[in-house]
Amino acid sequence: MSLLGAALSLMIGAASVGVTAGLLAPVTVRAGLVGAMTAVTGLGGAVVGAAALAGHRLVLDLPHLLPLSRLVISVDPLSGVFLLIVGGTAIAAGVYAVGYSSHPDHGPGDPTEPGHGVASRTSQAALPAFVAAMLLVPIAANVTTFLVFWELMALASLVLVLAEHRARAEVREAGIWYAAMTHAGLVVILLGLVVFAGAAGGESFAAMRLAAPELSPATRSIVFCLTFAGFASKAGVVPLHVWLPRAHPEAPSHVSALMSSAMVTLGLYGILRVAFDLLGGGPSWWGVLMLVVGALSAVYGVLQAFVATDLKRLLAYSTTENVGLMLVGVGAAGLFGADGNRTLAGLLLAAALLHAVNHAAFKTLLFLVAGSVLRSTGLRDLDRMGGLVARMPLTTALAAVGALCAAALPPGNGFVSEWLLLQGLTHSLSAQGSVHVLTAVLMPLAVGVVALTAGLGVATFVKAFGVGFLARARSPEAGHAVESPRTMTAGMVFAAAGCAALAVAPTLAAGPLTRIIATLPSLTGRAESPPVGGDAITLRLAGIQGSMSPALIALGLAVAAAVVAIAPRHRRARRPAPIWGCGGNRLNPRMEYTATSFAEPLTRVFDDVLHPEEDVDVTHHRESRYLIESVQFRHRVDDRIEARLYPPLIAAVSGWGRYARRAQNGSVHRYLGYGFVGLLLVLVVVGVSA
Amino acid sequence: MSAPAAMGALAVAVQLGTVVAGAPLLVGVMRQVRARMEGRVGPGVTQPWRDLHKLAGKESISPDGTSWVFRSAPTVLVASSLLIAAVAPYVSTILPLDPTADLFAVVALLLLGTGALALAGLDTGTAFGGMGASRAMTVAALAEPTILMAGFALSARVGSSNLGALVEGSLRSPTIVVSPAGLLAAVALAVVIAAETGRLPVDNPSTHLELTMIHEAMVLEYAGRDLALVELASALRLTVLLGLWANLFLPWGVATTLHPGALAIGLIVIAAKVLLLGAALAAGEVFLAKWRLFRVPELLAGSFVFGVLAVTVSFFLA
Repeated sequence: MSLLGAALSLMIGAASVGVTAGLLAPVTVRAGLVGAMTAVTGLGGAVVGAAALAGHRLVLDLPHLLPLSRLVISVDPLSGVFLLIVGGTAIAAGVYAVGYSSHPDHGPGDPTEPGHGVASRTSQAALPAFVAAMLLVPIAANVTTFLVFWELMALASLVLVLAEHRARAEVREAGIWYAAMTHAGLVVILLGLVVFAGAAGGESFAAMRLAAPELSPATRSIVFCLTFAGFASKAGVVPLHVWLPRAHPEAPSHVSALMSSAMVTLGLYGILRVAFDLLGGGPSWWGVLMLVVGALSAVYGVLQAFVATDLKRLLAYSTTENVGLMLVGVGAAGLFGADGNRTLAGLLLAAALLHAVNHAAFKTLLFLVAGSVLRSTGLRDLDRMGGLVARMPLTTALAAVGALCAAALPPGNGFVSEWLLLQGLTHSLSAQGSVHVLTAVLMPLAVGVVALTAGLGVATFVKAFGVGFLARARSPEAGHAVESPRTMTAGMVFAAAGCAALAVAPTLAAGPLTRIIATLPSLTGRAESPPVGGDAITLRLAGIQGSMSPALIALGLAVAAAVVAIAPRHRRARRPAPIWGCGGNRLNPRMEYTATSFAEPLTRVFDDVLHPEEDVDVTHHRESRYLIESVQFRHRVDDRIEARLYPPLIAAVSGWGRYARRAQNGSVHRYLGYGFVGLLLVLVVVGVSA
Repeated sequence: MSAPAAMGALAVAVQLGTVVAGAPLLVGVMRQVRARMEGRVGPGVTQPWRDLHKLAGKESISPDGTSWVFRSAPTVLVASSLLIAAVAPYVSTILPLDPTADLFAVVALLLLGTGALALAGLDTGTAFGGMGASRAMTVAALAEPTILMAGFALSARVGSSNLGALVEGSLRSPTIVVSPAGLLAAVALAVVIAAETGRLPVDNPSTHLELTMIHEAMVLEYAGRDLALVELASALRLTVLLGLWANLFLPWGVATTLHPGALAIGLIVIAAKVLLLGAALAAGEVFLAKWRLFRVPELLAGSFVFGVLAVTVSFFLA
């Protein structure tokens, strides 16, 4: 049995054991077993992914497993990178889940208590099923298999989002939003793939790939638009992002990590697979569409993340931002691929894929950190956190690593992929080949978007880390925080180690990235030189004279810091002293800057986009209007896209529902009549068309 | 070690040493120019060095409730500036560390320093620290698009964003410096440098009035050796940015080889250029007042427009 086969069996076996354990094991060992099996499932998936990236391939055809269709599985380098993302995230989340689910509060007790639902049988059984489904989506090789696993992934994650539905009403609301969005997405993906398979005359990906060049341009574009809309809703792209800031905060934190790092990237996988692999690329407006949508998502996501005060909501919007950046890369790659500039397309695609991997690593870490804080303090509100650096030192240090990477600053891993993206975009004008006016207009805007996103991203994560973890506790809950148990810190340390490895040695990814790009010949041509290369230390680019060495930057910073720390020895030791309080009383935590006040200047700058609602209520004294009894100030920033776009849509859908209800009066006779009329219509249609 | 490698290492060491030794002197010169133009005698150009020496001999203070973030921020700030001073092509365009970091990486390193200091400001838990951090991040976030756009305009014409290649590009065809694209990029970058280093009209480097401060508000709690590091770092940032601007837009004099004579000339020329630019900046500041904080975004938006124009012009007039 090959390595791939063995790893695949390990993956499926561990997932089955995990689901069974979740359903049957007694509560004392349930969380441990399920967590371990989830991690092993992830490990199996990661091994399959790594083998696929090393060049191994596998095709499995199991004709009898699915009724009316066959179950076909194919492992190639493109699926490999996504298997690696899902698998790596699942290892961290699985180990973490052991501690997170076995909190004393999570045991038998009041079911309405926060955190209770995580340890329930349903939620525990859904976790390995969710991971397995996510690992099977990228290796599905026909439409039925793909859709079955896609839907299994959606359902399992929905069950997990709803884990704490007894404790908070917001969970139920988030569940409904998520269910509606994900199923609307499924419907359009289904439609798109059905149109494609119908026109191609076969539902296996191989047959579709062969038939794609012969399809009419209109069919190809219809398929692209439908599947793009569906996959974009899964990827959390503006304006289909509304479920992310609801579902991610309300789900248990390891599930948030899995959804945000792994599941959302599968939306990107879908886009790559259908648009560039199966359809074999398209006209340049496909690329422009993706680029524009991605740019909008990036800017809107980072702006909303910057003003968010709920830590997990902030991370959810940051996911929208990062997916937006990936789409900018993919879209620009599509644009240049259509123009025939294959080298640049390969570089941009490599940047997008590397960013997907990097984003998965740091977002997993950050969601797990947010979960540790939540479990220890019950807080997600940054305005009430603070002072955790003294109470949870390890978690704070890991949060610092995650924030550095997410802010795309050197020596973090996010910086490497954003640098690649910027290189690809800035050299679009100087590269050889014809340059369209469209490119000349779009590329500066894209660079501006990426730069603004980078700047605001730094501000966002300075806020999240500085306000959330440093200074003094702003609430009693934060003041009583305790460090997390070992399993949880182990999960976080694993994710942080992934970030560090990706930050220092991104050149190791050059070979696998070249192999992935070779699977998309429509975009990048065959037998090109690797888009990203260089020796083990310095990153060099194909076709562009540009280089950067993440390892040397990290080393240089470390050496410089060591020299500064040692060189001029101060004569006396450091002395503690009270903070200067302007000569007044001792400072108290209410005087600290909060997340809201930190974000205020930029909220004002972006007033037109964010439209913050401010409300000042002054209650005057009963006896004199000149005396004020109390002043209330409320400030909130809503998601304007959601507030503008969705209410009319929801009203239209429910209006349609009310209209349809008139046809339903419960009378059996009427239903029989409907059936009869329906049959007649079908017969007439068949008769006419025959 | 072969001879060119040794020469390269020596060049980097000399460049780094000159930047570190010269940065406080640059600040001293700027203060002196300003003092003379305002009719004061001024403390002399070596005053910043004397201040640093005095501060370095005093004990650092750890205010109650602050953490390792507060204690390590000055080190990170200085380290990031030193790294830039080591990789940027000040004396020669072919320094051995040039492939380590390009223009985008240098910008990110600057942002790393700003972020570290902002975190330190938040870590003190005072209203001033938070206020300074919030404002500094606002300015940095809005300056980022401009600085990268100017970088885009510069690197689009050379085909590389490596600093050595950029400087060599302007050296080889001097017309691009005075082309519309070059001039627009120069203006955009100049505004951003003023914003990033906390000069007028964005921030007043000599203010100690709490409500108007940006940089000073963040570092209010530092004392002794920590404060010396912070002061040194802001002098270093000013120096490296002025040096970069000087060599990107007025590249003449920089060595293109590792020949000792050329390196010596390069060193003298860059020192003169930076001192002249610093003096010009200080002279300009005499006639400027600090802007309201909420007019600063207008300034940065304006410079962003210059950057976009620079890119567009470089494409359409190419």
